[in-house]
Amino acid sequence: MMELVCPAGTPAALRTAVKAGAHTIYCGFADETNARNFPGLNFSRKELGEAIIFAHGHGAKVLVAINTFPRAGGEEVWHRAIADAAALGADAVILADLGLLAYTAEHHPQLRRHLSVQAAAANPDAINFYAESFGVRRVVLPRVLTVAEIRAINAEIDVETEVFVFGGLCVMAEGRCSLSSYATGRSPNMNGVCSPASHVAYSQESGDLVARLGGFTIHRTAKDQSAPYPTLCKGCFTSRDQTGHVFEDPTSLDATRLIPELAKAGVTALKIEGRQRSRSYVEKVVRAFRAAVEAEAQGQPMPDGILATLSEGQAVTTGAYAKVWR
Amino acid sequence: MQRVYQWQQAELLTFVNHRGDLTVYSSTQSQRGDAMSDELPVIPKALQTAMRPLPLGPVSILLTRLARRVAVRHPDLFGRLGDYAGACFELDMMDQPFVLVLDLGNGAPTMRARRRNAIRGADATIRGPVAGFLGMMHGTWDGDALFFSRDLMVEGDTSAVLALRNAIDDAELDLVEELGLGETSRALVRRAFGVAERMTGLPLNRHQMTMDFYS
Repeated sequence: MMELVCPAGTPAALRTAVKAGAHTIYCGFADETNARNFPGLNFSRKELGEAIIFAHGHGAKVLVAINTFPRAGGEEVWHRAIADAAALGADAVILADLGLLAYTAEHHPQLRRHLSVQAAAANPDAINFYAESFGVRRVVLPRVLTVAEIRAINAEIDVETEVFVFGGLCVMAEGRCSLSSYATGRSPNMNGVCSPASHVAYSQESGDLVARLGGFTIHRTAKDQSAPYPTLCKGCFTSRDQTGHVFEDPTSLDATRLIPELAKAGVTALKIEGRQRSRSYVEKVVRAFRAAVEAEAQGQPMPDGILATLSEGQAVTTGAYAKVWR
Repeated sequence: MQRVYQWQQAELLTFVNHRGDLTVYSSTQSQRGDAMSDELPVIPKALQTAMRPLPLGPVSILLTRLARRVAVRHPDLFGRLGDYAGACFELDMMDQPFVLVLDLGNGAPTMRARRRNAIRGADATIRGPVAGFLGMMHGTWDGDALFFSRDLMVEGDTSAVLALRNAIDDAELDLVEELGLGETSRALVRRAFGVAERMTGLPLNRHQMTMDFYS
């Protein structure tokens, strides 16, 4: 059966994910070492230790995302996170930074290393480099590849691949994107905050919901339309006489129906995005995808998607996996 | 970038409402983003009317007692709030006649009922039907999904709202448990809430998971 890797932003969400059928849960410390460094989210050392005991007690694994890029001179914060994850019994760490990978390989060689999507490794050469240089055992592939491209990559590498199948859809060169940094001065890649809440302001103006990020208006949504996340890449902008979503539409990924193809393409694990979401989201999505991977393992058809109301824009797409050219 | 834009434009979008009805559209600008959610349940009109003359002073005392009890029972909640443990929120539940002002007070919270036109000085406002607040508190509904569907609106300090939402979600609150009742009373109230929940659709009890792969 394909491995289902599920998000948890809080201990309650982690317990929910385990009970709903997650094989593996990924989470992070409550600081800038992980790319979901949002208020009220993430785990203290004590909470992570208890969560790992709970998960292991139910046969589930815990991966710790330490996937931001350390500040020059501030590496100690990231090194401590690695050491603590190892000491607490994490099954693997998810890393993006070359220096941090080298540090972990040298100081914690027994700690399994996964390559974060933040490393944006999207071809066999890059993946093989990470595998050979730092002993990376699994790569989380960026959300810009077709199933055929994933199959071709898997044919040329010896490490496991993990792909996103549901949730927020980032189509930028992850780990390199500076859109949010430009608008807010805080970086998704170094501070762990894409569209930090501290820089987001909502207001009601003439019946419209107006979202601003760092003072820039990025959405004006009419009353009968669904609200998107306040991210620049999904902003609706006016240029000359045209208004539209310049980079991407505010939709979420749902690749349920592609799971059998992803299995045939050699993918080991399916990842659900959403550490910033509630335990309600975690339960519904994990339960739906556990049923889907069970169905795939038994050669049954994929269940119909029923998760669109949980998705940004209340709309879903199969993203780049089933890329269609006009 | 142009490549990405093209497949986004050519993709089909699927919309599903809360009942599971499915509609598929091509992703033209005019069709994308139409809100598709069913409406959340609201407090029955008769109950709204009955609540209108309630004296706000005693209501505030009872609500503050409830908030203090939650603070004692769930000390980790305030740790999770971090820098926002002293924030003040206006909870504008649109299907009840008054607004609640929740001042977290760094672990000594107060919750006061105020008339809608008398509100001043909260760090953030969260607006929506009572069901939305109860649903988030009880783990029935996802806060982001309620935001996408426009059932919940937020103004003011977005960080404080996120911190509160995440801390409440982690605390796994249950209104009946938080009331501090004796065993017999709690069972009676639980049963009454169950009946009211079935009649109104309001999520009055903590959501219970219906599937557990490991039980």
